[in-house]
Amino acid sequence: MKKRSARKGRPAKSGGGDFWRLRLYIAGQTPNSIAAIANLEKICEDKLRGKYRIEVVDLLEKPQLAKGDQIIAIPTLVRRLPPPVKKIIGNLSKSESVFVGLDLQPVR
Amino acid sequence: MPSTRPKAVHTSLAKTPTGIQGLDEVTGGGLPKGRVTLVCGSAGSGKSLLAMEFLVHGAVRYGEPGVCMDFEETEEKLAANVASLGFDLRALAKRKKLLVDYVSIERNQIAETGAYNLEGLFIRLAHAVKAIKAKRVVLDSIEALFSGLADSTILRAELRRLFRWLEDHKLTAIVTGEAGTSTLTRHGLEEYIADCVIALDHRVTEQISTRRLRVVKYRGTSHGTDEYPFLIDEEGISVLPVTSLSLAHKAVTDRVSTGIPALDDMMTGKGFFRGSSVLVSGTAGTGKSSMAANFTRAACARGEHCLYFAFEESPSQILRNMRSVGIDLEPWARKRLLHFHAMRPTSTGLEGHLASIHKLVKRLRPSVVVIDPITNLVSASGVYGVKSMLMRLVDFLKVEQITSMFTNLTFAGDPQERTAAAVSSLMDTWIVLRDSRPNGSPRRELYLLKSRGMAHSREPRELIVSERGLDLGHVPAHHAPATAVTGSSASAE
Repeated sequence: MKKRSARKGRPAKSGGGDFWRLRLYIAGQTPNSIAAIANLEKICEDKLRGKYRIEVVDLLEKPQLAKGDQIIAIPTLVRRLPPPVKKIIGNLSKSESVFVGLDLQPVR
Repeated sequence: MPSTRPKAVHTSLAKTPTGIQGLDEVTGGGLPKGRVTLVCGSAGSGKSLLAMEFLVHGAVRYGEPGVCMDFEETEEKLAANVASLGFDLRALAKRKKLLVDYVSIERNQIAETGAYNLEGLFIRLAHAVKAIKAKRVVLDSIEALFSGLADSTILRAELRRLFRWLEDHKLTAIVTGEAGTSTLTRHGLEEYIADCVIALDHRVTEQISTRRLRVVKYRGTSHGTDEYPFLIDEEGISVLPVTSLSLAHKAVTDRVSTGIPALDDMMTGKGFFRGSSVLVSGTAGTGKSSMAANFTRAACARGEHCLYFAFEESPSQILRNMRSVGIDLEPWARKRLLHFHAMRPTSTGLEGHLASIHKLVKRLRPSVVVIDPITNLVSASGVYGVKSMLMRLVDFLKVEQITSMFTNLTFAGDPQERTAAAVSSLMDTWIVLRDSRPNGSPRRELYLLKSRGMAHSREPRELIVSERGLDLGHVPAHHAPATAVTGSSASAE
């Protein structure tokens, strides 16, 4: 996964040049899961418009996927790109912590 | 003498056997079925091994597949760790008998923002349980969650929910926990476990390590609160149950020859009771080992298996020395009727010795066991420890109907002599050998100080050791009887 983006020339990259692939693990439509989806969409629209893709994985439907990303908590957000992989657990209600957790540069 | 210790008693509570030697006896049948058991102990105390054995035996012997959620080791590492015990986790996994799920929690990778629960863990566990129709579950060590997740309020609530989930799904589970400084586990897991708590301990004193297991709590089952020694070797864990003394074994009337016809004559012509314990004590060179070897030979000649524990000399030394007094043991060793087991007294603690004696006896099922000598154990561990070890050993051998002979080296006027007196109370028969020089010529004398449950001669005899073997001669009548003390006068000392 790391290799894929290597061609772009990592040393020269600035915060704005990356594409964000985010995966959100939920387990059914629980209040926390619904909140997490809404919070994430808002943050992405605010900070990463046009440069992100969110994939929501419901573990009740695909339990076998929990192992791959070492999921124990629900909801868990995994930043798959840009590297390194990062994880944030919780309903993402504290947007400041989400910025920090995702390494989102403050918008200039 | 502490006589009747409570033995684990069977109750109506359903149990799940662990398959671990001794543990099922101690717990009266195993772990509470469909409940969660906490196994706690310090690092290296054997928690993970106990848990894995529970799973592997479950899968192999009891047809109960098992899931291990391992928070510490990867599947590969775990498989390598237990491979030395002959467990093939990969083969079991292939046959859907066992499933290991490595759960990695790296705190520095995880940020927490807002409310969450551990549903992911539940889903993984449920998925694994369903995949192999598991009946057993191990969570090793669930405490890793505490270092991985910051919100301990959520965590504790979720743990409670997890244990309840396991019980709702009728899974028999072991969770492991690291020993804390003032609590059983570092994070107080014992608060959540109502049914069964087992503590493991690994102590090293004077460079000798001893492992112990204690059943701290077992709801609905009376259990011994004793610490049971256990052993970890190439076959895994074996726990030594302490059986209750004097009640379990039935008295036998069957007799076995001492190997010396004249000595048999002193015991109504028949020798020791089968399954009884015999102490042979004496100063250096009085023929203790010869007596033991002679007894061994007689048993082998009857076609019985003998197990000879040598704490002083190597088997080849014993064979050579005995040949010089006309006792050739080699043919019996070759025929595999006689098994030697040489051990250095300081190689392990008493519990360790007891454990390995236990195991060998269980495996070889001998009719006769010789421990030659117990003296060296005393010097390594002290009188009290040896006495309680011997009490358990004698008791165990009795239950197994094995006749045992213990030799003990005494020094005239030495506290060791008191050892013999202390230990002799455990023994059914006590033979004392000593040197005497009535008229300047050395002579070995034999006294049959006691022999429980039978009429026996108290006449002092001369022990004749020659290249033709052992025999007894008569001591001139005017010679003064033994000064060795026995019974109440011994305890009065």
